[in-house]
Amino acid sequence: MKTLPAVDVVIAGGGWSGLLMAKELGTRSGLSILVLERGRPRNPKEYSEGMDEVDYALRLRMMQDPSRDTVTFRHTSADRALPIRQFASFLPGEGMGGAGEHWNGMTPRFQPDVFEVLSRTIKRYGRKRLPDNHAIQNWGIEYSQIEPYYVLAEQLLGVSGKNESNPFAGQRSAPYPTPAMKQSYFATILRDAATSVGYHPYPSPSANLSQTYRNPDGVIRPACQYCGFCERFGCMVGAKAQPTNVLLPVIQKRRNVEIRTGYNVRRIVHKDGKATGAIYIDAKGDEVFQPAGLTFLSSWTLNNTRLLLLSGLGRPYDPASGKAGVGSNLTHQASRNATFFLEKPLNAFMGSGASGFSFSDLDADNFDHGPLDFLRGAHVFSASTGHRPIQNFGVVPEDTKRNWGSEWKKAAIEAFDHDGRVGASGEHLAYRVNFMDLDPTYRDAWGDPLLRLTIDWQDNERRMSRYVGDKLLLLGKAAGATKVRLAPPLSRYDVNTYRSTHIQGGAIMGESPATSVVNPLLQHWDASNVFVLGASAFPQNASGNPTLTVLALTLRVADAVVQRYLPHPGPLA
Amino acid sequence: MPIASQARILKVPLRFLTEDEARVVGAASARIFPADDLGPGANEAGVVIYIDRQLAGPYGKDRYRYTQPPFEVGVPEQGYQGKESPREIYRSGCAQLKGFANLPAEAQDARLEQIEKTRFFQLVRQHTIEGMFCDPMHGGNASLIGWQMLGFPGPYMSWSDEIEKHPGRALRPKPKSLSQILDRPVKPWEDSEK
Repeated sequence: MKTLPAVDVVIAGGGWSGLLMAKELGTRSGLSILVLERGRPRNPKEYSEGMDEVDYALRLRMMQDPSRDTVTFRHTSADRALPIRQFASFLPGEGMGGAGEHWNGMTPRFQPDVFEVLSRTIKRYGRKRLPDNHAIQNWGIEYSQIEPYYVLAEQLLGVSGKNESNPFAGQRSAPYPTPAMKQSYFATILRDAATSVGYHPYPSPSANLSQTYRNPDGVIRPACQYCGFCERFGCMVGAKAQPTNVLLPVIQKRRNVEIRTGYNVRRIVHKDGKATGAIYIDAKGDEVFQPAGLTFLSSWTLNNTRLLLLSGLGRPYDPASGKAGVGSNLTHQASRNATFFLEKPLNAFMGSGASGFSFSDLDADNFDHGPLDFLRGAHVFSASTGHRPIQNFGVVPEDTKRNWGSEWKKAAIEAFDHDGRVGASGEHLAYRVNFMDLDPTYRDAWGDPLLRLTIDWQDNERRMSRYVGDKLLLLGKAAGATKVRLAPPLSRYDVNTYRSTHIQGGAIMGESPATSVVNPLLQHWDASNVFVLGASAFPQNASGNPTLTVLALTLRVADAVVQRYLPHPGPLA
Repeated sequence: MPIASQARILKVPLRFLTEDEARVVGAASARIFPADDLGPGANEAGVVIYIDRQLAGPYGKDRYRYTQPPFEVGVPEQGYQGKESPREIYRSGCAQLKGFANLPAEAQDARLEQIEKTRFFQLVRQHTIEGMFCDPMHGGNASLIGWQMLGFPGPYMSWSDEIEKHPGRALRPKPKSLSQILDRPVKPWEDSEK
């Protein structure tokens, strides 16, 4: 194996968190920094040629190639895990910018109590209300500690929103950098319906830009054009914040940062509590050792966890003991959606991934759970992400007979563009029985074991989804819907239907090495020169979209590295 | 393979399907999405051309699916675990529908009802919707008839001036394909990677 000259910093993964760290350290220090991205380079100038539903929304041209590398899945430890042969319930990104290129741009802050779910729940409802097999933990930080970094992350992206529009939101020390987005007709229907039943709708915070914006780095992006091609697509005008249009322009001016694409990191090499570098497969397929003083993992929840397990770095989770370790606290999104069938046409082909209205009345602990049989909740939002015809055709009222033939065609054509989509994006608590480890059978293209997911919904999420579903039916009535089609309540975890790409956990943060893998600055407890960035650190799944929180945490880590670690390398907590 | 498209007969060379298979797939997709009072159907849109090209390309060959063994039977929530690629599913599915294209419509429907639960039928149904409403560069949605039927305009670059202007009133601009909008040819994935 070839050994290359050492660099100061190696970063495994060129998505939001990896490239943000590269930008921060690259501009604030003279360190030599190498980013290793396993996917391809991207040319955002060509994103307009990708406004094609078949190749990008169905064939997933921007996503991870599962023929080389996927994960296996089973419901419980007693079941046999089988490979997810085609991604559907979540869509891992790959290539420069990662999933940050083809996201919708939804950028809410988390509800302030999310960071202290365990202690707040015990305080209000008592320990006996916690589910038997839960693995709920506090994050080791409070909202007030992340708030200044939320401000910086919002300014980096230019988040569009309306100040003081959400009565449940945490305190803000700075206004939104840009005003709220324009709204689709259906978004205003949902806003009015929600208001009429006493909820408090607010324009969904968006990284898609309501107007031209120049961020503190001097990067200028134009306003959103509402073309309706955000999710699963790159932005053809560069309005949507993407790592390639927010971070790369700054990184490319720095001589001390190098990015190599097509380089797949397979191991973090470590000795005596210190990482010495990374082993990767280069673009030609050769194995290379890259020595580095400081290592950042930023390859998304699943690959961060897998790299730690393959590298033997940190204590693997043991479901028998239930003690947090590498792979524990796997969560996804306890969501439930509804379609409101309306008499008037919606012109829903006009839209933007993150425009629309949301409300938080049913989220977090914003309503009294005392008389209820579950904890936590969901935020509800109108989806205005465009209405591309293949994915949206055939969503018909439940009383339609058969799903093919003339009668179905008639119902589907009548329903098309009269079908308003409402999402309830729910919290997923952590449980001892939901975790990740290495699969004993299935391997990737290089012969390494795949990551194995063991995950199922528990009663708390099943009950919550029923409660939220009832509320969505009432909301549909208030919206004047002639019919409402409600997705089934949560039952068994299913890989066939898209939920969100918000898979979280595996290397969770916390106050003590006994209960977490990384400290509140995402520094590995067992190797102080390794930081594990991203939503792998989230002890449980908040209802909110995670990207803004991922960015805020990354900025907080960058401050600590520049101000404290570099002058005095060693544990920061 | 002759395809009736807006009263013209087009001869399109097939890439994967045999002529017999194309007739079966064409007839099945035309029962799934028939031409009727509401507008044209799968034959008019060229669905079978779309399907043939998808099967000939990386999708049909499972180029982007995890195909490592062992292949085990799981629970439905674990997703499709079959070994067969879309090509193979079509090949064996068509073999079981010999003579289908010559049956009267009612008999075709009865036959399709019998196979409704099969992977083959589910793929033909899904691909029929795709071929009706894809960008025409993929071979379906001929002359944009699918998009016209739905009032979907195609990938226009900007609705910024329109999005708040037409509440409750249908805005139905003339549909345009991606290459019309960009004013240059765009290559679909099935053509760029054989």
